[in-house]
Amino acid sequence: MAPPLRVLLAKLGLDTHTVGVTVIAHALRDAGMEVIFTGLKQTAAAVAATAIQEDVDVVGVSSLSAAHMRHIPELARLLREQGGADKLLIVGGVVPEEDQASLHEAGVARIFTMGASTQEIIDYLNDWRRQRDAAASV
Amino acid sequence: MTARGMADRVLAREVAAGARLIRWLEDDDPRGAEVLAQLYPHTGRARVVGITGSPGAGKSTLAGMLIGELRRRGRRVGVVAVDPSSPFTGGAVLGDRVRMQQHAADPDVFIRSMGSRGQHGGLARASFDALLVLDAMGYDTILVETVGVGQEEIEIVSLADTTLIVAVPGLGDEVQAIKAGLMEAGDIFVLNKADREGASQAQRQLELALHLRTQHQPEGGWIPPVIPAVASKCEGAAAVVDALDAHAQSLADTDALKGRRAARAYAVFLKLLRDAATRRLLDAALARPDAAVLIEAVRDLTLDPHAAAQRLVARLELAAP
Repeated sequence: MAPPLRVLLAKLGLDTHTVGVTVIAHALRDAGMEVIFTGLKQTAAAVAATAIQEDVDVVGVSSLSAAHMRHIPELARLLREQGGADKLLIVGGVVPEEDQASLHEAGVARIFTMGASTQEIIDYLNDWRRQRDAAASV
Repeated sequence: MTARGMADRVLAREVAAGARLIRWLEDDDPRGAEVLAQLYPHTGRARVVGITGSPGAGKSTLAGMLIGELRRRGRRVGVVAVDPSSPFTGGAVLGDRVRMQQHAADPDVFIRSMGSRGQHGGLARASFDALLVLDAMGYDTILVETVGVGQEEIEIVSLADTTLIVAVPGLGDEVQAIKAGLMEAGDIFVLNKADREGASQAQRQLELALHLRTQHQPEGGWIPPVIPAVASKCEGAAAVVDALDAHAQSLADTDALKGRRAARAYAVFLKLLRDAATRRLLDAALARPDAAVLIEAVRDLTLDPHAAAQRLVARLELAAP
C-alpha cells in the first residue's frame, strides 16, 4: 500500500468557524490520508513553519471570515521561501469570484467554494498525487 | 541529491531537509536509511523524554507546557507526537499538535506528528528514526508523546532516557489506571489536573505504590517523584523540568544512561531484524508453487490453517549460515 498523503488543515487569523474543516478532516482520514490540524487563530508564519516541519504534501486553508486576501498570499510566499514550493496549496470556504484570480496568482492551486463535496476534494487530491508521482518517476 | 548532501543539510539544521528525511524514513523510502547511516555518528547528544499515559490525561498539553519551560532555559526542543492510524484505511487525524501550536513559529522548536501506521506499543515504526534525525539537528531535548492507550505503550520505556507518566485524579484507582508495566517503568510521574477533586488522594496512592516499588532498591537509587501540575494553566512546569534534569543527572552519575541506550539500540535492532526476516520468509513461503494449493484448501475450509502454515514452513529451506 502506498504511504498516506499528508495534509495540513489550517485556520488563519480570527476565523473561528470549525465545522467545515472538521468534516473535511474526517473525510480525508477516511480516504486514507494523514490529517494534521493547526487549531484556530494561526498566523501565516506558524502555518508555514508547521507545513515544513510536518513535511505535508498538501496545505489546505479553511477561510470563512473574508480575510483570505490578508493571509493566504503571505502563506504562499513563506512556503516558497522556506523550502516548501513543492507543496500543494488549496483553499476552501467563502471566496468571492473577484478574489479568486489573485489567489491563484499568489500560488493557490484550487479553491473549493460552498457546495463542493468532500468526494470532490478527495478525488482532486488523489489525482494531483498521481500526476505528481508520475512526473517524479520519469 | 546524494545521501551525503542530504546529511549535510540536516547537520546544518535545515528544517525542510530534516522534515523530508523523516518523511522518507516513515514512508520506507530507501534513501532514508542511506542518509541515516551518515547521520548516526552525529547522534547521542540529545536527551530523550518519553511522555505516556491514558487518553485524555493531558499528554499533549503537558508537552506544550514543557516546551515553554525548556525554551525559557535556553534548550532547543524536538517533539515527536504519535496518534493512532485507522487499521482500516491507514488514515489518521493527528491532533496532538494543536496543544503545542503556540510554539510553531519558534525556530528552536521542531514538532512532528506521526500516525502509528499499524504499529502497536504506542509508537510508530519510524519514531526512533525521527529521534535520530532531531538529535543530529542539534535539538537538546526531544519529547516523544505516545498514543494514549495507558496499558500497553511499554515500547516508549525502551526508547527514552527518561519516561514520564501522566496521571489524572478521579479515575477511581489511579494506580490501576496506570497498568503494571508503566508503574514499574516510569521515572517521573506527573499528576496532571491537580486542581481537581481527589488530587491529594491520588498523589498519596501513587506515592505509596512507588514506595512499594522502590523500597528494595540500593541506597542512592532514583526515587520517582510524583509532581502535581495543571498543564492547561502552565502550573508545575518548572518542577517537572527540574525533575527531568535531576533524573538526567542521576543517570549520568550512575552510568545508567549507557545501559539504557545500549538496550534501546538493541531493541530497535531486534525489531528491525524481526520485521525484515518475517517479510522475507513470508514472501518466500507465499512464492512457493505449492503455496497456492494450500491457500486454496484453507479458503475452502477443507484444511485447517494451523496445518497449512506448518506444512509450508516445514518446506522452506533456510539459507545455510
